Amino acid sequence: MLELITFSTLNGVLYGMLLFMMASGLTLIFSMMGVLNFAHASFYMIGAYFGFEISRHIGFWPGFFIAPILVGVIGAIVERYGLRQVHKYGHVPELLFTFGLAFVIEEVVQMFWGKLPVDYRVPPSLDFVAFRLFDTTYPAYRMFMLVTAIAMFVFLLAILTRTRVGLIIQASLTHPNMVAMLGHDVPKIFMLVFGVGAALAGLAGVIAGPALVTQPAMAGLLGPILFVVIVVGGLGSLTGAFVASILIGLVQTFAVAINASLTDLFGPTIGASLGDLGNVTVAQIAPVIPYVLLVLILIFRPTGLFGTRES
Amino acid sequence: MTSVSRALPWLLLAVLFALLPKVLTSNTAITMLSMMSIMIVFALSYNMLLGQTGLLSFGHAVYYGLAGFLAIHAMNYIVRNKLGIPLPFVPIIGGIGGLFFAFVFGWVSTKRAGTVFSMISLGLGELVAASSLILRGFFGGEEGITANRTKLPSFFGYKFGPQIEVYYLIAIWAFICIVLMYALTRTPFGRMCNAVRENPERAEFVGYSTQRVRFIAFCLSGFFAGVAGALAAINFEIMNAQSVGAAQSGSVLLMTYAGGAGYFFGPIIGAIIITYLQITLSDVTGAWMLYFGLLFILVVMFSPGGIAGWIMLHAPAARAGQLGRLAPSYALASIPMALSLFGAIMIIETAHHQLVKAASDGPAMHFFGLALNSNSVLTWAMAVGLFAAGVIGLRLVWPRISDAWGAVSLARPKGA
Repeated sequence: MLELITFSTLNGVLYGMLLFMMASGLTLIFSMMGVLNFAHASFYMIGAYFGFEISRHIGFWPGFFIAPILVGVIGAIVERYGLRQVHKYGHVPELLFTFGLAFVIEEVVQMFWGKLPVDYRVPPSLDFVAFRLFDTTYPAYRMFMLVTAIAMFVFLLAILTRTRVGLIIQASLTHPNMVAMLGHDVPKIFMLVFGVGAALAGLAGVIAGPALVTQPAMAGLLGPILFVVIVVGGLGSLTGAFVASILIGLVQTFAVAINASLTDLFGPTIGASLGDLGNVTVAQIAPVIPYVLLVLILIFRPTGLFGTRES
Repeated sequence: MTSVSRALPWLLLAVLFALLPKVLTSNTAITMLSMMSIMIVFALSYNMLLGQTGLLSFGHAVYYGLAGFLAIHAMNYIVRNKLGIPLPFVPIIGGIGGLFFAFVFGWVSTKRAGTVFSMISLGLGELVAASSLILRGFFGGEEGITANRTKLPSFFGYKFGPQIEVYYLIAIWAFICIVLMYALTRTPFGRMCNAVRENPERAEFVGYSTQRVRFIAFCLSGFFAGVAGALAAINFEIMNAQSVGAAQSGSVLLMTYAGGAGYFFGPIIGAIIITYLQITLSDVTGAWMLYFGLLFILVVMFSPGGIAGWIMLHAPAARAGQLGRLAPSYALASIPMALSLFGAIMIIETAHHQLVKAASDGPAMHFFGLALNSNSVLTWAMAVGLFAAGVIGLRLVWPRISDAWGAVSLARPKGA
């Protein structure tokens, strides 16, 4: 039991940190530009595939650095030549633009790399056992993912709160017009934030690719969860995104580990009267839990956990 | 407007519904017409939210799909218990089912508007899609649930075995739904929906609860989506988990938006075109999904009003009898437009062939009757060259179009 709790906590925090790597960019972009970027998870997927392709030719480590930069450049181009064009029509076309983009990216990825998962492997330099606890081993690569995610979190926090660029970004979150009046190029800041957000998602893809499965469906599987994270955390709140990421990471990881059903809990007579619902195990409903959480949060606390505004 | 000229479009629509299968008599055509009629109802129900109330939903297939499942179960129940309900009344069951689910889910999601509403609809859509794989009794798991429509009691001697009989059943229901949904836009409630879309704050000040207006619109939209779902269940005699999924929701969004959410007839155009493309394109090319994505992005970027918006842009010019002035520049623009389109399709098809098929079938490919080699520089140079030439040509012709438009708007005061 203790073993289960320890490892589920570790994995949950890891998954949560991965979610946060993406949710942080998503929520920053949202609070700045008012755009919920549907294609954000697609940048994560592109990152994983770029990492895979680079690792095939020159190795994992060059990919670790090059792939996120490439994804960031793609993100900046998308903002400059796509989103900015649509901006004048309002928020709904912006949202729909990213929706269409996510669709196109998935199709293009399928064209280049096929519909089946690709063989993106953990680099040999990280392919060893980190530690052994209660007869269960924990791979070093997962520790590496955790360290990368935490390093990125610290880096992001430092930039946002300790540098001039961070100050300008924070100011343009709330007072874009004033920032423009002071002579800063707000569209360029938008492009920068969008690019950096995409690069962060790309980095998450590069490191998650070998541990999870690198396949064309990975964006579609993760995208909705990201939205849950930022709505539950409170739209536009970085702290909220962090707490919600960890929360959903833990809840989902623990749910997968529990193999009990309502029949086990209440006995076969009541279980049988529930039909299908009685035999469903907690592990089976794990994919549903984030959405149930979303609905509950919206009923009881519409601004999200740390949000201050409604939309 | 006199009552005759007001009734004319509806008469035309009814005649069209009645006579189209007499003109297009092949089996595939009638199947396609049935499918289009269903999608028209579905897209119009979606536009009650997107176009009329300003609610962007990413989970509308939930009401379509769940109602479809209810209809399938209802059909099986009727057959099993030998109830006297004939097939044409099954869509009512679907509609009530859709209404019920929209009532339950709408109570949660219409509390908020804007982006948050979109997110909740997405979350609820994912919730239902994920549940559909868990609750096998209702959704039938991977293979879905089947029914046999001919086993239901006959209706004035019709057993609805042949597709043509099913088409007329669908067409009559579609006609009724279209008329009802149009009538709804003319009621004070329909106007309140528009007010809530345009300016929720002022709508509140006038004394309406925007939340209640959104909720009622959501429920009614769920009803018509439910009718569409039940019609689909009758048409296919099978429902599976895909019909509640994100792809179906995305497809109805594409139809409505590409057709034009700002006008009542926009989603009808969208449903007809997209359904046609969905059925035909998948046979022609392996990259058909990519085309849908690109089409969607192009519409969003260059014609946010959709096809209907583009058509209605010309209405003032047509009233002033000025369309002739636009024709020359449009004719001129159509040449580079066709070039760039041809080039773009060639790029996509060559890339698709080279990346997906060349490994097994070799680099030889056919493209509009041309024999090409997807691995040769010449093919690529030709494709990219055509596309570039088209785009440059469009840029050159563009000033002429705006000049023509300028002439039109100058002439209008004189004509009016």
